[in-house]
Amino acid sequence: MSMLAYYFGLGWRSLRRNPVLTALMVMAIAFGVAASMITWSVFRVVSGNPIPWKSSQLYNVQIDNRGPQYDNAGHEPPEALNYTDAMALLQAHKAPHQTLLYDVALSVMPEGAHDLPINALGYATNADFFTMFDVPFEYGAPWATSDDDAHAAVAIISDDLNQKLFGGANSVGRNVTLDMRTYRIVGVTAHWDPKPRYYDVFNGMTFADRPPQLYVGFNRAIDLHIATSGRNNCGGAPFHADSPEQWLHRECAWIPFWVELPNEAMKKSYESFITAYSAEQQRAGRFQWAPNVRLRNVTEWLDFEKVVPPESRISLFVSVGFFVICLVNTIGLLLAKFMRRSAEIGVRRALGATRREVYAQFLIEAGAVGLVGGVLGLVITIIGMQGVGLLFDQDIAQLAHVDLSLLLTTLTVSILATVVASFYPTWRAAQVQPAWQLKSN
Amino acid sequence: MMQIKPILSALRRHKAGTVLIALQIALTLAIVCNALYIIHERLAHIAEPTGVDEPNLFAMANLWGEQYTKQQAAAKIEQDLITLRQLPSVADATPTNGYPLRGGGWDNFITMKPDQVDKTTDAAVYAGDEHFLRTFGLKLIAGRDFNADEVRDMGLREAVTPPVTIVSKTLADRLYPKGDALGKSFYSMSSTPITIIGIVDTLHRQDVSTWSAPYKGQSLIWPLRLAQPMGVFYVVRAKPGQLADAMREAPKALYAENRMRMFPAKDGLVDYRQIRQEAFERDRGMAILMGVICVVLLAITAAGIIGLTSFWVGQRRRQIGVRRALGATHRDILHYFLTENLLISVGGVAIGTVLAFALNLWLKQNFALESLPLIYVLSGMVILILLGQGAVFAPALRASRVPPIEATRPA
Repeated sequence: MSMLAYYFGLGWRSLRRNPVLTALMVMAIAFGVAASMITWSVFRVVSGNPIPWKSSQLYNVQIDNRGPQYDNAGHEPPEALNYTDAMALLQAHKAPHQTLLYDVALSVMPEGAHDLPINALGYATNADFFTMFDVPFEYGAPWATSDDDAHAAVAIISDDLNQKLFGGANSVGRNVTLDMRTYRIVGVTAHWDPKPRYYDVFNGMTFADRPPQLYVGFNRAIDLHIATSGRNNCGGAPFHADSPEQWLHRECAWIPFWVELPNEAMKKSYESFITAYSAEQQRAGRFQWAPNVRLRNVTEWLDFEKVVPPESRISLFVSVGFFVICLVNTIGLLLAKFMRRSAEIGVRRALGATRREVYAQFLIEAGAVGLVGGVLGLVITIIGMQGVGLLFDQDIAQLAHVDLSLLLTTLTVSILATVVASFYPTWRAAQVQPAWQLKSN
Repeated sequence: MMQIKPILSALRRHKAGTVLIALQIALTLAIVCNALYIIHERLAHIAEPTGVDEPNLFAMANLWGEQYTKQQAAAKIEQDLITLRQLPSVADATPTNGYPLRGGGWDNFITMKPDQVDKTTDAAVYAGDEHFLRTFGLKLIAGRDFNADEVRDMGLREAVTPPVTIVSKTLADRLYPKGDALGKSFYSMSSTPITIIGIVDTLHRQDVSTWSAPYKGQSLIWPLRLAQPMGVFYVVRAKPGQLADAMREAPKALYAENRMRMFPAKDGLVDYRQIRQEAFERDRGMAILMGVICVVLLAITAAGIIGLTSFWVGQRRRQIGVRRALGATHRDILHYFLTENLLISVGGVAIGTVLAFALNLWLKQNFALESLPLIYVLSGMVILILLGQGAVFAPALRASRVPPIEATRPA
């Protein structure tokens, strides 16, 4: 232990001896690690798993309802279902939990007579949505499956909307006016905003800047002809309709559909179910093509949809490349620094220091450089994080934040990287022959 | 000429240092010229002209607070436009489905025959009335504007294919390369032909993302007014110098007329400075990041060269002294170190060129980047060689001042 302190002392003195060289190394490591950490802080959010405890059990369903001529690249079916298929799958009930959703933008009328309507975004969905995606509740609970069956006018609002409308009080059982119609509030969600928003990548809400504000019953919304405020992908197929009923039976994709399948066997059997369903549609003459279906779990779905923005990936790679160059630089400077002390090493070796001890001394010295570089890098990272808004989209930039794990990663990476970079210079230093150095003096 | 042979044999004794400097120069070149090219591409994207009178325009996303039928919505829009156009600070106003650089938006497949399955190309679709061209300040270079009686209301998901259209010059030239598009027709997801009655100079698409890059500048305007239950965009052109007044008065006047409406925080009231800011956020961010990385990278490489050369100079003081004692001038010593650095730099940029193209190939495959033009690599080479010579100058100067007496001192 006392040797360790001694090496630290030696290291410290040696670092003080060439302040410029030391400062150069520290700055190189600090800038390199900071650039990597800033871009990493963004990358880890956009590439993260939003629901790790369940991501392998939640599956997105795709069915080709438009035929090969309209397929996406790689013979891929549309990214969402149309109403006909979504309803058929829902009623078949082949998965223990299943949900469907579409985006709605509704006007919310606060109670005061002179208030202006508020625009609120959310989803028309069913009861399973809340249990499948583990939505936390501040007050109340999801509506019941029987409410879905009864096409009930029920609504769940977010804590944020509850704050605006009811000052944050328990509003369960009260009414809310959405697009001039009355709904009964059955629950208020606690803050819930998984990123990426895996269940609604289809509508480009992957990194939406605000969490959903309200949820209404799917069947009720369809009855009221509430149109989707999101995408409506007809891929060149006819999309016009004379009536809302006719529209519902068009082959446009607009309903993301998810099932929860707890194990591999259930996944296999659900896959054969949707294949059989498509084959049946083919026999009935609705599809003029062989079944073309997909079942992707959350991580597979996020990969397939390429949710990580290319900017985020490029900047991470370039920053890491930058860090590598900084390390190459550090190797060169450490080499210069260590070799300049050949004489000192020679003396120490002649006085009985083993190679091991020389190794220990120089690795500790490098570690100290890494530590100082890491601390400075930390400061630059924290300052740089304020500027992330300049580098990325607002809705993505606001996801990046400094937390304990980022701080620890910064320090660990810079110390480890510096120590690794010092292997070669240290090895060279340890090769110094005591006799030769003494003689040459 | 300079004595290259002794330099080479000296470098052989400092293999590690030589390799490290060369490697650093190579990696720096690879990253810097790709980064510069990314900056160039992004800046070019940001500089694309929209063709509209940006300094005097603003847009309002107007969402209805009540569910209107098509007829109700059409009447409300009509009333709103009268209100807007009566404002003293307003020159003109038009209802539309979007505006250039808004992102996303409506686009249609274009075909030359009614039964064609594969599209000829893709065009951004603008729905506009007879005030559209005047409001946006678009330059009509051939044909005529819409007449008021050609404009039709379009409800939600209604099948309306207007028989006439005004297209951007880019789209006209894409469909009729001989420049005779006026009066000709095409098809767009319907079996009825659409005749080109007018051509405007430049009209940027609503979308700015990479997928639409092949269709850059291809837009068409249909004489349509969107009378839909959700809402509509109003684009307003203020009288010169009165943009701020118009932006203050317009929402107030509309609320006074009918308060059952919403202007969302994001795009409820935006001028073109904000629209551009929002549209090119990513591009600007990439350009800034790449710029910062280039500058810091070059600085660190220069610092590394200074550090290592200083070390070499320190190590060789005695040899330098011997050379000076044997008659070498200041200038000879200075040249020695400059030439030594030049040799290392040339080796570095040679490897760096290969790395730069390899990195570009990889970026091309993964991020749809274009091929790196040779000029970027050449300028990168020049920058790095000059940087190396500049960095080595101070330590070399110090070396040249080593007095001959050093030869007699122990190392």
